[in-house]
Amino acid sequence: MSHIDQSKVRNFCIIAHIDHGKSTLADRIIEKTGTLTSREMQDQILDNMDLERERGITIKAQTVRIVYKAKDGEEYIFNLIDTPGHVDFNYEVSRSLAACEGAVLVVDAAQGIEAQTLANVYMAIDHNLEVFPVINKIDLPSAEPERVKEEIEDVIGIEAEDAPLISAKNGINIEDVLEAIVHKLPAPKGDPEAPLSALIFDSIYDSYKGVIVFCRIKEGTVRKGTRIRMMATGAEADVVEVGYFGAGQFIACDELSAGLVGYIMASIKNVKDTRVGDTITDAMNPCAEPLPGYKKVNPMVFCGLYPADGAHYEDLKDALEKLQLNDASLFYEPETSVALGFGFRCGFLGLLHLEIIQERLEREYNLDLVTTAPSVVYKVHKTDGSVIDLTNPSNLPDPSEIDYMEEPVVDAEIMVTSEYVGAIMKLCQERRGEYMGMEYIEGTRALIKYVLPLNEIIYDFFDALKSRSRGYASFDYQMKGYKQSKLCKLDILVNKEEVDALSFIVFEESAYERGRKMCEKLKEEIPRQLFEIPIQAAIGSKIIARETVKALRKDVLAKCYGGDISRKKKLLEKQKEGKKRMRQVGNVEIPQKAFMSVLKLDDE
Amino acid sequence: MANKKLGIYIHIPFCKSKCIYCDFFSAPADGHTMNKYLEALCMQINSKAPGIAAEYEVDSIFFGGGTPSITDAAGLMNVLDAIYNNFNLSDDCEITIECNPGTTDEEKLAIYKEKGVSRLSFGLQSVNDDELKMLGRIHSFEDFMASYEAAAKTGFDNINIDIMSGIPGQTPAAWRKTLRTVMMLRPAHISAYSLIIEDGTPLSDMYKSGRKLYLPSEDDEREMYHDTASILAESGYGHYEISNYSLAGRECRHNVKYWTRGEYAGFGAGASSMIKNVRYNTAKNTPAFIYDPVHAEYETEELTVNDCMSEFMFLGLRMMRGVNRDRFRVTFGRQMDNVFGNVISKYVSTGHLADDGDNIFFTDKGIDVSNYILADFLL
Repeated sequence: MSHIDQSKVRNFCIIAHIDHGKSTLADRIIEKTGTLTSREMQDQILDNMDLERERGITIKAQTVRIVYKAKDGEEYIFNLIDTPGHVDFNYEVSRSLAACEGAVLVVDAAQGIEAQTLANVYMAIDHNLEVFPVINKIDLPSAEPERVKEEIEDVIGIEAEDAPLISAKNGINIEDVLEAIVHKLPAPKGDPEAPLSALIFDSIYDSYKGVIVFCRIKEGTVRKGTRIRMMATGAEADVVEVGYFGAGQFIACDELSAGLVGYIMASIKNVKDTRVGDTITDAMNPCAEPLPGYKKVNPMVFCGLYPADGAHYEDLKDALEKLQLNDASLFYEPETSVALGFGFRCGFLGLLHLEIIQERLEREYNLDLVTTAPSVVYKVHKTDGSVIDLTNPSNLPDPSEIDYMEEPVVDAEIMVTSEYVGAIMKLCQERRGEYMGMEYIEGTRALIKYVLPLNEIIYDFFDALKSRSRGYASFDYQMKGYKQSKLCKLDILVNKEEVDALSFIVFEESAYERGRKMCEKLKEEIPRQLFEIPIQAAIGSKIIARETVKALRKDVLAKCYGGDISRKKKLLEKQKEGKKRMRQVGNVEIPQKAFMSVLKLDDE
Repeated sequence: MANKKLGIYIHIPFCKSKCIYCDFFSAPADGHTMNKYLEALCMQINSKAPGIAAEYEVDSIFFGGGTPSITDAAGLMNVLDAIYNNFNLSDDCEITIECNPGTTDEEKLAIYKEKGVSRLSFGLQSVNDDELKMLGRIHSFEDFMASYEAAAKTGFDNINIDIMSGIPGQTPAAWRKTLRTVMMLRPAHISAYSLIIEDGTPLSDMYKSGRKLYLPSEDDEREMYHDTASILAESGYGHYEISNYSLAGRECRHNVKYWTRGEYAGFGAGASSMIKNVRYNTAKNTPAFIYDPVHAEYETEELTVNDCMSEFMFLGLRMMRGVNRDRFRVTFGRQMDNVFGNVISKYVSTGHLADDGDNIFFTDKGIDVSNYILADFLL
């Protein structure tokens, strides 16, 4: 391809609160620019994992290059970088934003600004992006575009008077968005002759081609044969191919120069070498400084993953290895549990990330898993001055060796209509929140700020928030750091035997309550067996709660004659299968899902 | 050489009206259909028997249903004739017909007796008319008494009475009344079933729709079950299978075959056979059977050695005398303990099974949860 005029390039992303129509608008833009015929369009092209489509969220960043012939008669190249839409992936979002000059802010014409809208806009502004708003879903009966425009100007402070009024779903006024991209968003800058610096905003692993790096060229030019170096990891490789993103396909080209977005293939074997946020430079002619903003992402949430059938340990190991090829933020290491046998302690960016990995293991690798309750990473300060990062509750040292403990906390912002402020504040207090302030937005809605312990929000906080606000509250958070806290380990004994996989760390004052609920929950989950089974919660050697699963009283077939035998045998086979799906702990059979019980100790 | 024993089962898929708990293959039908069906049975027996009869001596015949007694007596006896014509019968062959109270009279019973029927089985279920109504039974206790007396008068002395515990609204006291009343009649045999809510029955629909059924509590239900054995024992009834009791020597020979893996040939729609370790289940399709009984559709299940050993255990353990080690060894050429030792010792140690050295059998405590334990005997 011949030289590309930088002034005709627009690199941008679309930001929005969940369900405000980000992916739908992306689809319309791709459709309108003519890179795809309507017939080729499958709904929501950019969310191309099945899981993403089902959940309606974007998990991995997706990128597409399209050509738009504007009303001024010129052809423009648009690089649309679709960002992940969940707080678990905030760092990835920030790197995607850093690859752009501008952002299209989509706001729902009925709902107006939500917590994620704000979080995303502030992040975009922090990255010096030009942001212009688009009011979506204007064809809804409840649409109030004028009110929403005012809200945008008042709350965010960006000009919204001539914001395009669109319906992404029904393709109304999409042209206005395209023209605004041309006229309101700046073209990239950068010197194609300067030493190479390119920002990695994503990478994927392909079993034939190795790692494919998605990057934004900030300075210089990269082409086939360039020896590149990843500045943070130090990995080096020779470029085999560069190119850009068609819809759903890679299109090779001769070179990528400053201002462009594209991919690099260089026979790299592992995504660990191409971390998001790292800078690619020319090993022979390196740039002076890496691009700012790189950090190594650390898993925030850990849980144990065990094969339901111990014989599948190797299969699970293979599957985790393969998933990690594509997901540098997935962590795992072998561990053993008395109750569950051989498995892995796995680390994730958040609970959604955990669920995604768990579902992929089950669907794509056909594994039947037992998952233990997720835990955040606690810092245990021992009396000897050493500090442990505790990822598995059962590894907590003896209390006599512990000086104090710290837990991770987040800055949380919750946006809610004023009538629910009381209920939401009550929820945050129950979850040990520290009130940081509140701002009213146009009189009827409030932005409430709290510092909350991460372990209070990773499980069911979002559900509780929704139920206490009738679905109106929205929520976003940022990691803040660690805070000293009074924590203890709650152990669960089933039939007087401690089940290591059921232990969890809990705030001391909540221990009784949580212990009681855990026992009640397990009583529901564990089916009656031939003998009575006590379920106890304990802190150290002190029992704090108890429930009993009564013995099975009656399970007998009254009749079994010639015509019944085949059928009755099937019943017994089913019963046997059911037993197989349980974990034998001592002489008690515990169903797999019981190990997740701690997640379901709902408050209301 | 006709030395192997065979049971013959004849399925009559008709009844006057369906009881709410019944999951057997049966439905109301008109007299014409029933007569056609009996003719079809004769045709099936005449066509299939030659392939089976030579190796066997028949020592039990059982007409089950449904309600065999609602069919025309002469027609039903033609079916028995077809069996007589095709098979060798032992001198003491047990021939049973299931009857519902109110569907038999002296005339009918005389025809049965005359043809050699030796045993009747009456579905009474309860002596309490409210309970009978609840179950959707078509008869009262008085109807039953009339039928029972007629049977005695006709000369039947080997009679079974079916009764049922765990009926909605039933108390342990009401159950004891049923037991004692039936006991006073001194039938040779009593089958006492716990009501089971089977899928696909009106009772199960009622249960699932959340309608309050006033089922006895589990504790009451088990009390009724254990009362049964102790009360019947007072009058000399031995408990020989989970739900079956009899005077000495009056165990139902035909049913015992099912639990001891004897061989049996089933005729009629929905009937099952087990011959040479192959199970045949004839399609539950009455019109198709009447249309072409000779080519009636059936499914086969070829039992592997493991299947047979599992069945030996889970069927045999239904008998109170349990399963016998020698018989297992003679049948399979293997030691029972080499195959099932772990499961046996596990449940002997928990007190659910007992082991007298020769036989393994359920304890009272074990019967209550027998399915849970039997599931572990599947290979």
